[in-house]
Amino acid sequence: MNKLAEHKRQRIDELTARTAEGGGVSLFRDAGRRLLRNPTAIVGATIILLFLVIAIFAPLVAPHDPVQRFPELTKDLTVDTIPGPTAGHPFGSDPLGRDFMSRMIYGARQTMFVGVLATTIGLLLGVLLGGVAGAAGGWIDVVIMRFTDVMLALPSLLLAITLVALASQSTQWTVIMAVAIVNVPIFARLLRGSMLAQRESDHVLAARALGVKRRHIVTRHMLPNSLTAVIVQATLTFAVAILDAAALSFLGLGDPDINRAEWGLMLGVDGVRYFEVRPELAYFPALAIILVALGFTLLGEGMREALDPKNRR
Amino acid sequence: MRASGMQARRLRTVIAAGVVAALAIGGAGCAKSDRDSGGDENKAATGGTFIFAGAGDPKNFDPIFNDDGESFRPIRQMYDTLVTHKPGTAELTGGLAESWSNDPTGKVWTFKLRQGVKFHDGSALDAAAVCANFDRWFNMKGEAAQSQMIYYADVFGGFAGSPDAVYDNCKAQDASTAVVTMKKYKGAFPGAFALTAFSIASPTAMKQYDADKVTQNGDSFAYSAFATEHPTGTGAFTYGGWNKATGEITLNKNPDYWGDKAKVDKMIIKVIKDENTRKQELRAGTVQAIDFPAPADRKALADEGYKVLNRPAFNILYLGINQKNPKLRDLRVRQAIAYALNRAQLVQTKGPGGSTVADEFLPSTVMGYAPDVQKYDYNLDKAKQLLSEAGATGLTLNFYYPTEVSRPYMPNPQEIFTVLANDLQAAGIKINGVPRPWNGGFKDDVQQFGKQDLHILGWTGDYNDPGNFVGTFFGREKKEFGDGAMTDMFTAIGKADATVEQNAKKAAWEQVNRDIASKWLPAVPIWHGPPALVTTKNVEGLVPSPLTAEQFNTVSITK
Amino acid sequence: MLKVVSRRLIQLFITLLALMTLIFFWLRSLPGGPVDALLGERATPETRERLIRALGYDEPIWVQYGHFLKNVVTGNFGNSIRTGEPVMDVIGRSFPATVELAVAAMIIAIGLGVPLGYLAARHRGRALDNATIILTLVGISIPIFFLGYLLKDWLTQSVHVFPPSGRISTGMDNTDVTGLFVLDGLLTREFDASADALWHLVLPAFTLATIPLAIIIRITRASVLDVLDADYIRTAEAKGLRNPTVRKRHVLRNALLPVVTIIGLQTGALLAGAVLTEKVYNWGGLGTLITDSISGSRDYPVLQALILLAAVVFIVVNLVVDLSYAVIDPRVRV
Repeated sequence: MNKLAEHKRQRIDELTARTAEGGGVSLFRDAGRRLLRNPTAIVGATIILLFLVIAIFAPLVAPHDPVQRFPELTKDLTVDTIPGPTAGHPFGSDPLGRDFMSRMIYGARQTMFVGVLATTIGLLLGVLLGGVAGAAGGWIDVVIMRFTDVMLALPSLLLAITLVALASQSTQWTVIMAVAIVNVPIFARLLRGSMLAQRESDHVLAARALGVKRRHIVTRHMLPNSLTAVIVQATLTFAVAILDAAALSFLGLGDPDINRAEWGLMLGVDGVRYFEVRPELAYFPALAIILVALGFTLLGEGMREALDPKNRR
Repeated sequence: MRASGMQARRLRTVIAAGVVAALAIGGAGCAKSDRDSGGDENKAATGGTFIFAGAGDPKNFDPIFNDDGESFRPIRQMYDTLVTHKPGTAELTGGLAESWSNDPTGKVWTFKLRQGVKFHDGSALDAAAVCANFDRWFNMKGEAAQSQMIYYADVFGGFAGSPDAVYDNCKAQDASTAVVTMKKYKGAFPGAFALTAFSIASPTAMKQYDADKVTQNGDSFAYSAFATEHPTGTGAFTYGGWNKATGEITLNKNPDYWGDKAKVDKMIIKVIKDENTRKQELRAGTVQAIDFPAPADRKALADEGYKVLNRPAFNILYLGINQKNPKLRDLRVRQAIAYALNRAQLVQTKGPGGSTVADEFLPSTVMGYAPDVQKYDYNLDKAKQLLSEAGATGLTLNFYYPTEVSRPYMPNPQEIFTVLANDLQAAGIKINGVPRPWNGGFKDDVQQFGKQDLHILGWTGDYNDPGNFVGTFFGREKKEFGDGAMTDMFTAIGKADATVEQNAKKAAWEQVNRDIASKWLPAVPIWHGPPALVTTKNVEGLVPSPLTAEQFNTVSITK
Repeated sequence: MLKVVSRRLIQLFITLLALMTLIFFWLRSLPGGPVDALLGERATPETRERLIRALGYDEPIWVQYGHFLKNVVTGNFGNSIRTGEPVMDVIGRSFPATVELAVAAMIIAIGLGVPLGYLAARHRGRALDNATIILTLVGISIPIFFLGYLLKDWLTQSVHVFPPSGRISTGMDNTDVTGLFVLDGLLTREFDASADALWHLVLPAFTLATIPLAIIIRITRASVLDVLDADYIRTAEAKGLRNPTVRKRHVLRNALLPVVTIIGLQTGALLAGAVLTEKVYNWGGLGTLITDSISGSRDYPVLQALILLAAVVFIVVNLVVDLSYAVIDPRVRV
């Protein structure tokens, strides 16, 4: 398991090294231009944008309320038959007589919510820890980094399972927090490493030599540069977050509220249980998860390629 | 250090790999097959092997220290009880005792034992052996052991020295007559004599393997060699081993069984926890029978030609109402809750096959079931009206439901909760759903602390006695339903339970059930949902038991 | 050196003590737990009281802590609540199952991943390359429990090709030597058992292999591309070396270095996938043990031991590496 930590650390370091050599704010403009020319990133961004639109406008797009039970669906619902598509319900019913299409659409919202929140919380905590470690140095740095080492040693899903177990009661929030905390050490290391690397980089040294104020160097040069690395990582993390949330649901340690239309929950609980009765209950959320995870992975990799100074010609 | 990080990493990998390899090869030096050489196991013997997929690990095989179905399944094949049930019913019939009688006070039980019955170790089952079992239970030493005798503590009230203990003594009148004397009459008997926990074990073997030794170790207990390696009863099967790595419990035919000898030579209980996987193994033909199929799979399996054996319903799922909340002390509010629940629809959409809406807290086959209780058919208007009469509009209730669990009477608590909560909300009651893990707070919060307003829970009956259902739920003050809320009810149930004369007893219980429905309504009965068994086409003779107490000696496998 | 070792050992001891203390008090503060798990639905309040006394939960918490420490120091983690056997037996039994699964998964991941990655790189930009890339992307984006379910449904239900679950056919009566069933069968010459165990291994191993497979393909491909672009290969080709020779001598050997590293590093990640795979296939390994001791049963003795074990392995491996490192390279001070 130590190897895993090493592996993650190595990947983080690589990413750090590649993005650290950038050149201040102009990097953003430059990166943006290259991002637009990167097909991987474009495909990824398009997928995400599509789902984002669905998520934001879910109440307008969805034909029905996702938690309402419809008499015309419950009429034919029995323990071993789940009504398929009908006039008002193009995707048919879910196991409780609710409109499956509306649940899929609202699922975009809930899933994005879980992913965004888990990623953001992980990112903020990680950036905080990493920033403190990078800025303070000394024994604080050592302690924080030892701590992140330990966390990196456990595969992320195992860590999430342990956290949910230690919380005793799983709720939507324990799931979000578990998935978030798993990513804290990654972000922490990333930011710290990136800041340390830049301290010695040419443009920072140059700025310092020119007599630019320390705060100005940190905010105008070091942070923006470090953040690009963090943003790339956050994009990749998002995919892992929704996959982990789905896995927790499958293990029976996910969000217990089955009223909530979240793809991971729909797949891990109903999808698996009613797979033979109505396989769409598994296929649709699974497909949605795969697409979104794919979108974020593509965007993340595209960004990494675009921001990689090696490709900057 | 940093410069040579790569080397360090590789070194770490190598060391880890080395550790794994060393562990793997560890025992390899002394590799030797344990298999019986010679006889081919798979030779088409007359009986063959019956493989049954169970749903969980047993704890141990000493009947008295167990209280769960998965432990009882193998135990039931290896041991017999004094009294047992006619196959497929909850009616009593002779077991190790050919007949039994009760004196007019209801305290003295005389058992006429079957002649010539032998334990698996060759020792004889006689009155002395039966009494040795009763005395063993009563005189059990140590809180570790006593705390694991859950059924005993419940049925017999306590142990030697306890003022509440029901058991007095057991005398061997002659070799085949055992007389058990109780300190007081209890409605649970004779039904409770048929409980698997009170199976009769060989005193010789128990002595030899130190059966009473239960030691606390950390947060749990270690059991004796008798309970783990040498269970010895009189049953149709003998113990053949428990392979924990593969989750297989092997039972061999007892050629000297006193009753119908097992038709198969060997039976394996294979533990498969996931219901979906049990079904898939059945289809793959690797097991011949499975317990607890997912309710959703029953029809598909029946259509494919498997035999779906529905057990007669002997359980109850209910919605508990906690009268700690002053609003819920008003009968009209509780009735409103009952009217608001569309139980017929719940049974149709989520009930396991063969389930029915429950109007009482006991199945109709149990004595004391009253055919004419007040019914609460779905009536949303009436619910709303009752709520406004009681001045309880805009009520908000905390509804506790369990997670991480599936019980035969409650295959999917989250779905049941969601449907019930939906119904209640339609009647204008705000529901605050509180999920709690079954062993991680649900039982504590609901039964120890009574934190909830509403909750779902249920019960599978142990024997044919209303006290085992109604008495268990409402026979005394419990946090589950609010302290001291219903003294009348406790008194009435106590009286009914203490009535010895059978007709009077029946009438008393029927009245209790009528009053529960109309006067007290401490909870709303939801459904009787029988669990099922599924077997392949070629399995004959498996009789589903309402008590989930199947005996497998009648099972045969046709070609 | 001795001083260093003893200092590190003391550090190790303190770390473990702190972790144990934390877990002990944390688990005891959670609702429910062993008492609930040991009592079914039928326990009377008296039985409950009795159980609390029998487990010593009525004693002051520091007395309980003392008992706990004493037990742990003597290597006794108590008995499992779920199965009643000593915790170490349960863990010892589950470990080889996971090793067997993980090794098989790695063999598949490497055996398929390296050639596929190499071929993809060789056919850069062509259909094979693109297909491989898409496959690897889907491989890391698909929830693996879902993939497991699909494979299981197709190959064990629609077509009865593989057994749906377990490690070996029921009633096989195989002899347990190392706990690795395939190996055991070979060692004891129960070849039918070995073949049977191998047959059971195929689907779970493939399911578990998806993620490492995708990663290995990508790394191999990238690495081979790097090498192909390298000057020395161009030189070799310019010098007229025929393709197969270049391929064998230079490309593969140089490209495989980073792949080997990744393979080693990916092995640890398998445990997470094992939790899901083992649940899908009812595989009695550590993954199942982890979920079983949490979900439903609240088997705290097992959970507690697993966490401590993980910590010990982590710390000890670190210690050994650092020490041997100091031995190998005298410039490094520990």
